[in-house]
Amino acid sequence: MRHIISILIENEAGALSRVSGLFSARGYNIETLTVAPTEDASLSRMTIVTTGSDEVLEQITKQLNKLVDVVKVVDLSEAAHIERELMLIKVRATGKDREEMKRMADIFRGRIIDVTDSTYVVELTGSSSKLDSFISAIDTGLILETVRTGVSGIGRGDRILKV
Amino acid sequence: MKMTGAEIVIRCLQEEKVEVMFGYPGGAVLHIYDELFKQEQVKHILVRHEQAAVHAADGYARSTQKVGVALVTSGPGATNAVTGIATAYMDSIPIVVLSGQVPVPAIGQDAFQEVDMVGITRPCVKHNFLVKDVRDLADTIKKAFHIAKTGRPGPVVVDIPKDVTAHTCEFVYPESVQMRSYNPVVKGHLGQIKKAAQLLAEAKRPIIYVGGGAVLSDASEPLRKLVHQLGYPVTNTLMGLGAVSGTDKHNLGMLGMHGTLEANMAMHYADVVLSVGARFDDRVIGNPANFAEEPRKIIHIDIDPSSISKRVKVDVPIVGNVPDVLEEMLKLIDGKKPDPAQTADWWQRIGEWRSKNCLGYKQDKELIMPQYVVQKLYEITKGEAIVCSDVGQHQMWAAQYYPFAEPRRWLNSGGLGTMGVGLPYAMGAQFAHPDATVAVITGEGSIQMCIQELSTAKQFRLPLKIISLNNRYLGMVRQWQEMFYGSRYSGSYMDSLPDFVKLAEAYGHVGFRVEKPEDVEPVLKKAFIDHKDDLVFIDFQTNREANVFPMVAAGKGLTELILAEDL
Ligand SMILES: Cc1cc2nc3c(=O)[nH]c(=O)nc-3n(C[C@H](O)[C@H](O)[C@H](O)COP(=O)(O)OP(=O)(O)OC[C@H]3O[C@@H](n4cnc5c(N)ncnc54)[C@H](O)[C@@H]3O)c2cc1C
Ligand SMILES: Cc1ncc(C[n+]2csc(CCOP(=O)(O)OP(=O)(O)O)c2C)c(N)n1
Ligand SMILES: [Mg+2]
Repeated sequence: MRHIISILIENEAGALSRVSGLFSARGYNIETLTVAPTEDASLSRMTIVTTGSDEVLEQITKQLNKLVDVVKVVDLSEAAHIERELMLIKVRATGKDREEMKRMADIFRGRIIDVTDSTYVVELTGSSSKLDSFISAIDTGLILETVRTGVSGIGRGDRILKV
Repeated sequence: MKMTGAEIVIRCLQEEKVEVMFGYPGGAVLHIYDELFKQEQVKHILVRHEQAAVHAADGYARSTQKVGVALVTSGPGATNAVTGIATAYMDSIPIVVLSGQVPVPAIGQDAFQEVDMVGITRPCVKHNFLVKDVRDLADTIKKAFHIAKTGRPGPVVVDIPKDVTAHTCEFVYPESVQMRSYNPVVKGHLGQIKKAAQLLAEAKRPIIYVGGGAVLSDASEPLRKLVHQLGYPVTNTLMGLGAVSGTDKHNLGMLGMHGTLEANMAMHYADVVLSVGARFDDRVIGNPANFAEEPRKIIHIDIDPSSISKRVKVDVPIVGNVPDVLEEMLKLIDGKKPDPAQTADWWQRIGEWRSKNCLGYKQDKELIMPQYVVQKLYEITKGEAIVCSDVGQHQMWAAQYYPFAEPRRWLNSGGLGTMGVGLPYAMGAQFAHPDATVAVITGEGSIQMCIQELSTAKQFRLPLKIISLNNRYLGMVRQWQEMFYGSRYSGSYMDSLPDFVKLAEAYGHVGFRVEKPEDVEPVLKKAFIDHKDDLVFIDFQTNREANVFPMVAAGKGLTELILAEDL
């Protein structure tokens, strides 16, 4: 099962390596990992997408909580939540592909944010699966470069992760 | 008052009431050594290898309730300390290791004797710090001690760049530690404790399974009360020896790979297991799939939630400190003893397993049986010695044949299984208990991994008694090769061993060699009585081929135990 784990961690040097080291040392998957300071600069918020059985997920949350610098851990995917990922994708846009690419970007509510004679850069935000769908919807031969941020997530409504 | 970082380090140690620390100097810690020289409150013990400094600090901590402290220099000093740190980590031992580091501006420049200590030790510490600003030093050291000893204990490394030890600032030692990210649970959940008490009251085939957590938390008193209140059988892991007296009639002895038949069978067939600070290690329950075959209810008390339901599914998890939880449990039981008739059949079955006398061994007229040496050691020390073991067959015989009446008298490396810990552990224990009888049980392989510490023991006049069960083999390895690799003794034979008697003498100690069974007792007496105040090294030439039984082979279930008589 795919899970989205959110972590509040002290914004100290090496915080990221404590978390990533834990995942590699214990053989847990990391599909994506994002991290940045919160509105309180002493705290970082990390979002990790991982997969594993219920037992593995239980261990992952326990082991994360055990890290001395970790303040809070939640599994966002346990309840209603929103996930978003940003992708920048550079595609070849010449001839008839130019119009087609524009159309696809519109359908996926993407924005073209850089234009040359032969390329576009499309900016796309959404769930990871929406970004995946965009990639499979266009002709892969036209993709020059993709960069994705990994997932950020937040609980819906009253679910708040804060100290 | 303004102080240098080096002064601050020493002041912090004094504030923490550190009496002894173990260390080895070098460039990056010279300022600290200079401050050490100027005071007397913190005694510094110069070891001969940094690994031993950390082991000695670890042994000091194991034999007391205190935090052990080691000081090493940067680079090679720091890397030499890593095995010691990992050893303490695996057994949850509270130590603080201070390591020197190159000056802050040199970090990352491949400077002389630079290693990324925080990076290297990250996977084997409870926590670590790099102090880049002298103003953070006192706070960090305070936190290090707090983290090491609270919750599930463990090693904490504080890496201190040399320039930080020269810089100055105001010194204030914080009175307490507030960390929003670190607040270990102590009290167990009352609802869960009630459920546990209920299950225990109704149990027909109960077992109380005691681990290192009961020793680490000094839980013997409430634990013994509980055992006697309930009248249930107890077993302990290698790390739990002594929490309940080894001679208590409720005690079935150690369980696991080299545990007794009665302990392993009782664990396997129990209907209710109460785990007290034990973590269902692979050397204890073997293959979890085999263990899961029998239905049973498991209650697990542990301060670390990640120990619970890690290898086996637990029915009643109780997160908390062992003594706190047991006190609550005792209150709930409130003197109500379960009807002994309820467990009569169970005790009867246990009696049958016990009657197999699984620790029996054949005495030999010509050859010294290693088990016999341990038994004689037990008699001569009246079971009151602090016994520090190395790793191998001798470790298992020590655990099997020396029943410990009290906790913190059995010091050994269980989780990492580090050969070489025995002698430095004994040094740490002797510094903590100057009047105690401290014995090392070792093998000719293990002792050579920290043999240089004979020199430290001489310098500080430590009257240790080293019992070397010399089988001229890396015996534990040889046993596996005999049983599972067609007796192909690849790399397990120790050729060209030194003359240990001469070696002991060269270091200024007393050495004896014992080759015949009838000499075992007299020489032990000579060592412990006539040479009470000397370090004595006794090289027992034991039966080379002796094996440790019972044995549950790796990956097997507890009931597939091999007894000596099966072969
Ligand atoms: C050659 C060799 C052979 C071995 N054979 C055996 C064998 O036959 N049998 C055996 O048992 N072991 C054996 N071992 C040791 C084994 O590898 C493990 O180290 C050991 O079994 C672990 O013991 P434990 O479960 O008590 O856990 P420990 O490692 O002692 O862990 C303690 C547990 O208690 C918890 N705890 C700590 N403090 C508290 C507190 N205050 N309150 C509550 N909980 C707390 C911790 O979180 C942890 O889960 C062998 C080792 C070697 C080297
Ligand atoms: C540092 C280290 N290296 C290797 C091992 C693997 N090992 C476990 S027991 C053992 C043999 C120990 O030999 P000895 O000290 O002579 O004890 P014996 O088993 O013969 O009693 C070895 C090599 C280990 N535990 N630790
Ligand atoms: Mg040997």
